Amino acid sequence: MRWGVVVFPGSCDDRDALRAVERAVGDEAVALWHKDRDLRGVDCVILPGGFSYGDYLRCGAMAKFSPIMEAVAAHARAGGLVLGTCNGFQILCEAGLLPGALVRNRSLTFVCDVVTVRVETSDTFFTYGCPPGDLLALPIKHGEGCYVADEDTLTALEREGRVVFRYTDRAGRAVPEANPNGALNNIAGICNEGRNVVGLMPHPEHAVERLVGGEDGLKLFRSAQAWVGRGAAGERRAQTVVPGP
Amino acid sequence: MPGVLARVYVTPKRGILDPQGKAVQHSLHVLGFGEVADVKVGKYIELRLRDVAPDGAEGRVRAMCERLLANGVIEDFRIEVAEERG
Repeated sequence: MRWGVVVFPGSCDDRDALRAVERAVGDEAVALWHKDRDLRGVDCVILPGGFSYGDYLRCGAMAKFSPIMEAVAAHARAGGLVLGTCNGFQILCEAGLLPGALVRNRSLTFVCDVVTVRVETSDTFFTYGCPPGDLLALPIKHGEGCYVADEDTLTALEREGRVVFRYTDRAGRAVPEANPNGALNNIAGICNEGRNVVGLMPHPEHAVERLVGGEDGLKLFRSAQAWVGRGAAGERRAQTVVPGP
Repeated sequence: MPGVLARVYVTPKRGILDPQGKAVQHSLHVLGFGEVADVKVGKYIELRLRDVAPDGAEGRVRAMCERLLANGVIEDFRIEVAEERG
């Protein structure tokens, strides 16, 4: 499987994303310059975290007009895999590849922490290997991570199982106290209708090493590899949560 | 041809959480301005356009807002255009 990580001016998690791919799955990962128009045949494009274009105007507002974004949008429309973390998630929303928007944290402060997120669905390339209900510890670091969308969009996301990750406490309860930024319905990550575009505020690319950030990000990258490897005839995973003992 | 000064006001959409507005309102209350019922914090953008008339400018500025200056998911915008003589 081939992976590409887009480098915008102001990206700062691109190196970690490249390294995470290498460490998690040993696949080839290439850096894609924002001025390029060619995705170099990658299966999955990662839009990394950071502060593209200095977060001017709105987070991700400038990056969506980068030359490479036309190729990313075409890739997404054709069913290609796209992952956005943090600023990458903001860019995907600004570009209209994911619904809703990410606004200033309700606390008005930048948050830097390790949070618990619950995997809500296995039916995306990035969560294929995680049972629904799986709890992951992932780092967050953002000032604008409060996910908002109009009521119709929110209802559709919930009904269609397109909320991919939700902030919870360590017991897996999506309580207000576990919500680091005020996101509606404790939403940490979502996918598009085709389920091939996933965006999340937490940083799985910073969680591939036991020494720093933990290793819970590994299974997400491995999920993508397994998803691609399962072939066209691969079955979709069951949506139901298997009750514990 | 004269130029045009366009003023764009971008504000949080009704119903969208505006934590900045809430924080400012709270501070104003603390300072004794209890009459403040609501605060919205937005952006003010000034654009100077050359070689256009105000009539044509408004549509162009509207297009700029829709494509870049405002995000329709979370923000409303209002435009004022005025002729400006150099």
